[in-house]
Amino acid sequence: MTKPTLATVWLDGCSGCHMSFIDMDERLLEIAERADIVYSPLVDTKVYPDHVDLCLVEGAVSSEDDLRKIKLIRERTGTLISFGDCAITANVPGMRNPIGVQPLLERAYLENVTLNPGAPTEVVPALLPMALPVHRVVKVDVFLPGCPPSADLIHQSLVDLLEGRTPDTRGARFGR
Amino acid sequence: MSSSKIVIDPVTRIEGHSKITIQLDDQGEVVDAQFHVTQFRGFERIVEGRPIHEMPSIMARICGICPVSHLIASAKACDQILAVVPPPTGIDLRRVLNLAQIVQSNALSFFHLSSPDLLFGFEADPEQRNIIGLARAHPQLARDGVGVRRFGQQIIEWLGGKRIHPGWVVPGGVDAPLEAETRDRILSTIPEAIAAIERALAWYKSSLVQWEDEAASFGDFRSAFMGLVDQDGNIDHYDGLLRVMDADGHYLADRIDPTTYTDYLGEAVEPWSYLKSTYWKKLGYPDGVYRVGPLARMIVAGQLGTPRADLELDEFRRRLGRVPSSSFHYHYARLIDALYAAERIEELLLGPDILSPRVRSFAGINSNEGIGVSEAPRGTLLHHYKVDDDGIVQWANLVIATGHNNLAMNRSVRQVAKRYVKSAQLTEPMLNRVEAVIRCYDPCLSCSTHALGEMALHLQLIGPTGTVLDEIRR
Ligand code: SF4
Repeated sequence: MTKPTLATVWLDGCSGCHMSFIDMDERLLEIAERADIVYSPLVDTKVYPDHVDLCLVEGAVSSEDDLRKIKLIRERTGTLISFGDCAITANVPGMRNPIGVQPLLERAYLENVTLNPGAPTEVVPALLPMALPVHRVVKVDVFLPGCPPSADLIHQSLVDLLEGRTPDTRGARFGR
Repeated sequence: MSSSKIVIDPVTRIEGHSKITIQLDDQGEVVDAQFHVTQFRGFERIVEGRPIHEMPSIMARICGICPVSHLIASAKACDQILAVVPPPTGIDLRRVLNLAQIVQSNALSFFHLSSPDLLFGFEADPEQRNIIGLARAHPQLARDGVGVRRFGQQIIEWLGGKRIHPGWVVPGGVDAPLEAETRDRILSTIPEAIAAIERALAWYKSSLVQWEDEAASFGDFRSAFMGLVDQDGNIDHYDGLLRVMDADGHYLADRIDPTTYTDYLGEAVEPWSYLKSTYWKKLGYPDGVYRVGPLARMIVAGQLGTPRADLELDEFRRRLGRVPSSSFHYHYARLIDALYAAERIEELLLGPDILSPRVRSFAGINSNEGIGVSEAPRGTLLHHYKVDDDGIVQWANLVIATGHNNLAMNRSVRQVAKRYVKSAQLTEPMLNRVEAVIRCYDPCLSCSTHALGEMALHLQLIGPTGTVLDEIRR
C-alpha cells in the first residue's frame, strides 16, 4: 500500500504556523514515516503534485499569486486544512483591510525611503484589495485554529486525519 | 540580439518564499540575477492608531521564526517612549529569551535547512536533500538539530508561555519573574545543548575543505559588516552600540548610538522586490553594501566573552582571517553564535539576582518617540515609533535584518549564477547552488507566492522588441 501524501503551503502568513509544525520535534520525523511530505517549504519540490491527500495551508489569500495558487491547490488536494488563524480569519494580514492597498504601499515605499521611492511593480505579484480567509475563496475541509496552532494540536490532528477521523479542535485558541 | 531568463520559483528551504531570476545574454552568459521578495503586509501602516502597549505582540507577528527579536526591539522602543529603564533582572530575562531564540533559529537554519546540502552535496538527489533524508542518512546530526532547536524553543515556552508568539516581554521589562524551578529546569538542559552544538561544529570543520569551490563563489566579495557591540567592543545581542567594519578591518563607525541610525543608513526601493535595501549612506547606493547576522557578529566583535565560544572564534579567525569575505562562512559563524548563546544563557541564569521579583518598571507616556534595537538571529533589527500624548501610534518605521543583507544577497546570487549557470546545459545542481547561496544568509522573508503548477524552470527568449521568441518549460 502506498503512503498517503502530505503538503504544507505558506500563503500570507508569518511562517509561525510552519514553525509550530516543526515544533513537533521528533514527532515530525514520525509523521514523515507515516505520510510522504511531497510539497513543503522544507523539501525541494517546485511543482505542486497532481494529487495530494492532505494539505495544510498557512496564511490568508492576499495577492494575485496567492489566489492562483490556492485555486490550483484546491483542485489537486483531497483534504484541505486551514492551518492557523491567518488562514481561518485573515487575522494579522487582515489588519490592512480597512486601510486599503494604496496608503499601505505609500508608507513603506514613498515615505520611509531615502532613495528610489515608488511601490514595486515588476515581478512581484499585485496585492488584492483585501486579505481574505482561505474559505472565502475555496472550500475548506478542516480548520485548525491558533496563532499558531500548538504542536500538540497539529500532531493529534494529523494522526486523526491519517487514521480517517475528523480532528477535534474544540478548546484550541491562540495556540495554547 | 536576444536574451533569455531563468526563473527559480519558489526558492525552497529558506525561511519564507521568494523568486530568483537569472538573465542570460545571446551567448548564454549570465548578465544579471535578481532575488525577489514577493510578500507585503504593511506593518508600518497597520499599527497606526493602535496603543503602544499592543505593539510588541502585534509586531511579533511579523515573523514566526524570530518573533522574540521583534518583541524585544518593539518593547525597547516602547521603553524609550515611557522613558523608563527596566529593572536589571527584567533586562537579564529579556536577554535570556533573545539568546534562546538565537539558538533555535540558528539551529533551524543550519540543521533543518542547510545541512542537507552540506551532507549530501549540492549535486545530490533533491528527493533526499531535506531534514527527513538527513534523519535517514545521519541520524545523530538530525537528532542534534531537533534537540538544539527544541532547547531554544523550550526556554521560550517556559519563560513566555508558548513557543511561538509568546507574550511576557512588555514595555518596561517582562511580565512575570522567573521561578527557581524553571531556572533549574533550563540549567539542566544546557550541557546537552552545548555538547550537540560542539558535535556539529566538529563535523562542520572536518568537512570545511570540501566546499572550497563553493566558498569562493557563494557571495565572496569585499563589503562592510555591521553588528551590535557592548561598551568594550565585545558581542552584544540585546543592547549596545553599532559597529561597522570594512573589508580591511577598519571601522567605518564604531560604537555609535543606534538611535542615530538615519544619519548613517539609507533605505532604497527596487521596483522588482517588496524588500527594501539598506545601504551605508556615506558610500552611496549600491556601493554602501554591508552584511549583518552571525558572520557580521563574529567579525565586528572583539571577543565573545564565554570560554568555549571564544576558543571557537579564535580558531575561526585562524582558519579564515580577520574579515572573511565569503558568505558561505555564515554557516560556521551561526554555530559559534549558537554556542555563545547557550553558554551565555547559563551565565545569566546563574546570576545572583535572576529570581528577583522586580522585573518591570511602570510609567505613562513620557516621550513621543522611541527607537529599539536588538540583534535578531539574522542581524541588527530596528523599530522606530512616534506616538501622540496618549500613546497612540502615529508612525512607525522598521528596518529588518534581512533588508540590510538585501544588496549583498543580490550580489551573491549574481556571483553564483555567473560561476555555475551555463545556459547550454541547465541542470538542477546549478540551480540548487543559486538557491543555496541565499540559504547562507538565512533570510527571513515570511513571505509567499509563486506560480504553482507552472514548471519550476521557465526560460524565455525575448527579442529586441520585447516579444517572446521562444519559451521552454522544464
Ligand atoms: S496564524 Fe499567527 S502564527 Fe500563523 S501565520 Fe498567522 S500570525 Fe503567524
